[in-house]
Amino acid sequence: MTDIFGVPIVVLLGQLLLGLINGSFYALLSLGLAIIFGMLNVINFAHGAFYMLGGFAAWLLLSALGIGYWETLIAAPLMVGALGAVVERLFLKRLYRVDHLYSLLLTFGIALMLEGLFRHVFGAAGKPYPIPPSLTGGINLGFMFLPMYRAWVIVASLAVCIATWLAIERTKLGAYLRAATENPGLVQAFGINVPFMLTATYAFCVGLAGFAGALAAPLYQVSPGMGPSVIIVVFAVVVIGGMGSIGGAIVTALALGIIEGLTKTFYPAASSIAVFVVMVLVILIRPSGLFSREA
Amino acid sequence: MAEASLLDVKGLEAWYGESHVLHGIDFDVRKGEVVTLIGRNGAGKTTTLRSLIGVVGKRRGACSYKGADLLKVAPHKVARLGIGYVPEERGIFSSLTVLENLLFPPAWQAGGMAVEEIYGLFPNLKGRDSTSGTRLSGGEQQMLAIGRILRTGADFILLDEPTEGIAPVIIEEIGAALRILKDRGMTIILVEQNLRFAASIADRHYVLDQGKVVDEISNNALDANMDRLNRYLGV
Amino acid sequence: MNSTTMVSSLEAPRTRRHRTTGGLLLALVALLMICAPLAIYPLFLIKILCFALFAAAFNLVLGYAGLLSFGHAAFFGGAAYITAHAAKVWQLPFELAVLAGTAFAALLGLAFGTLAIRRHGIYFAMITLALAQMVYFMAVQMPFTGGEDGIQAVPRGYLLGIIDLRDITAMYYTVLGGTILGLVIIWRTVNSPFGHILSAIRENETRVTSLGLKPERYKLIAFTLSAALSGFAGALKAIAFQLASLVDVTWHMSGEVILMTLLGGMGTLIGPIVGASIVVGLEHFLSTSGLPITFIIGLFFVVCVMMFRRGVFGELKALLAFKTLT
Repeated sequence: MTDIFGVPIVVLLGQLLLGLINGSFYALLSLGLAIIFGMLNVINFAHGAFYMLGGFAAWLLLSALGIGYWETLIAAPLMVGALGAVVERLFLKRLYRVDHLYSLLLTFGIALMLEGLFRHVFGAAGKPYPIPPSLTGGINLGFMFLPMYRAWVIVASLAVCIATWLAIERTKLGAYLRAATENPGLVQAFGINVPFMLTATYAFCVGLAGFAGALAAPLYQVSPGMGPSVIIVVFAVVVIGGMGSIGGAIVTALALGIIEGLTKTFYPAASSIAVFVVMVLVILIRPSGLFSREA
Repeated sequence: MAEASLLDVKGLEAWYGESHVLHGIDFDVRKGEVVTLIGRNGAGKTTTLRSLIGVVGKRRGACSYKGADLLKVAPHKVARLGIGYVPEERGIFSSLTVLENLLFPPAWQAGGMAVEEIYGLFPNLKGRDSTSGTRLSGGEQQMLAIGRILRTGADFILLDEPTEGIAPVIIEEIGAALRILKDRGMTIILVEQNLRFAASIADRHYVLDQGKVVDEISNNALDANMDRLNRYLGV
Repeated sequence: MNSTTMVSSLEAPRTRRHRTTGGLLLALVALLMICAPLAIYPLFLIKILCFALFAAAFNLVLGYAGLLSFGHAAFFGGAAYITAHAAKVWQLPFELAVLAGTAFAALLGLAFGTLAIRRHGIYFAMITLALAQMVYFMAVQMPFTGGEDGIQAVPRGYLLGIIDLRDITAMYYTVLGGTILGLVIIWRTVNSPFGHILSAIRENETRVTSLGLKPERYKLIAFTLSAALSGFAGALKAIAFQLASLVDVTWHMSGEVILMTLLGGMGTLIGPIVGASIVVGLEHFLSTSGLPITFIIGLFFVVCVMMFRRGVFGELKALLAFKTLT
């Protein structure tokens, strides 16, 4: 077995895989965050909380109703998306007219409410969620062992991200979205129901977070602390990538996941702040973000 | 031939936040007419159009369009009544190509022009399908802005300063296109500061000053009233 | 984008009568604070004082410079750690330990500010959040912070070498003095030419640039000062409670100080003090009740943002101004 910088290749690849998985989750989450920011000009602090809700939806559906993994993958995002629609309709819609920082504060409040509520009801400990039988085990690739579920997570996340990207860049609906980001008043003057589109967009993006949560359930334990632990890193990802392009957000997220994995391999103590260090570097060199349309 | 008005505006008031911009606009437009709103900068011409579309903050008054109260219509439903809006800034989307821009507004009524027909009116737009919308020149963007409305089957068009900052050659083309549209029975409200252009296609002119309609001049009587007009326009 | 609309919509006109009313109010509050330990548990009052100063320092950046920082806990909690360590391990006297913490916070503020000010509005908030999170992670891992346990049994020391701060009343008046000092600094800053330029930057940054001034420099100074005073508050708290812990560097804490400022009223001097009192009081009440604190804090946030953007004091001020005019 060869070593790279004193680390056996198996270990390195294992960490890279983990990094890729984290990157996939970052991608799903930063995608939603970037779209919400682009369209609604809102930084959705509650994104982490919706991710947590997705995980809890999966766990609850299984433990209370016996609903299995595959149905949950569809049900969880729908449920979370529905809640998102309510949040947008009841609260965010009324804040579009005032300073956008109020929306940030509102979503922060919602995040606290959700986290607090779930911690109060379910406790802080993590709930286990079993890997679905069809995805247990793994493949021996020779140079490493690839667990099935982890491979599935990467494939599913990327598929959803690419599908979303296609929908936005290549479809008529996506054109409406892109145009409404630029000039919502005019798009409305063309007869398109922009308020509804905003609600639907927020619901969809939040649903993406819920999907990520359901996907994460078998990997990490489902707990109220799921949200905050991931959302701040995702914010840093978005700052690094810039808000210019959706493709950029996905690429940045994956890259950062991998960088995090590499850091864990060679310099474990710094792994939790790796993304932030990259963020500092990017701010110094290219403040508006790597893929931003400004600068 | 007194026809019923297609659009009847009485006492239209509008606010931008705290600012009271329109103080009671009265005018009407008959089917197939081309009517212009002329006046100085800040007289309220653009605001009037925006009030009809529903893009201002607060509005009050009586605006009946095809019998319905326009002020009660939700902003995203105005276009569905057959009203097309070409804003002053043209509003070409930079994140869309020329063709995407052209096909963008949904066709709410039958009778919209086919893309080929629009290229017939505005040959400059042909062959630019995949160019980003904002790469076009100002004049071409104006043609695109008008063209995309024509596809929707709108029969009542609100045009805000189509000739502003555009080369005379293109202005000619736009004027010719508008005349063709008028011949087809399109009803148009034109906001213009270029009197010559306005006179070349309009039937009547409403003069606006400080948020009110202060005069109405038929196109035939335009020359006779030039002095009065120049005073209104502060020339 | 800037936060113009956030605060400028909150300011009521300043009449002379208005100023005297404000002055009287302040005198009343000062009197109350001096007599308070007779009636209320001093440690609880100290907590209010520290957070009042923290919130007032935070307001310097939000209410006056128009910058929303989501990372002020790094200054507050970071200074607490440094001060605790300085007093316990380096055995520095009280004044120097507090100074050490404050200086650390100032330096950290300078560093954060330099990075974050490159971006505006929402990006600024996110960057400060991420940077503060970095500090949190480092606090979790570095041995001197004591991890989950924090730094405990921090010695209170002596004020000026003579007054034993283990006496809770002495501690209280020391903290009161420190808080008043900090508030006076803020008040003087806000009402100085520097403060006026800050407000101008908040209202219309391009205009200020066109006058030949560099807004970034002013924002950075304000941010650093805010960080220093936040650290000062954290340092005092560390000594008074003899503890420095992770709680004070979490993003929850950053959020709480925002809530205090929002709840009390941004862009006013007294608002943050009112807000801090309410939030500290609320948490104290909730901690014994078994109700979910985080949830209720979140609820307060939502209610404030949706209905009481001017905050308690801001609403009062608007009401008073209305009455004075009519």
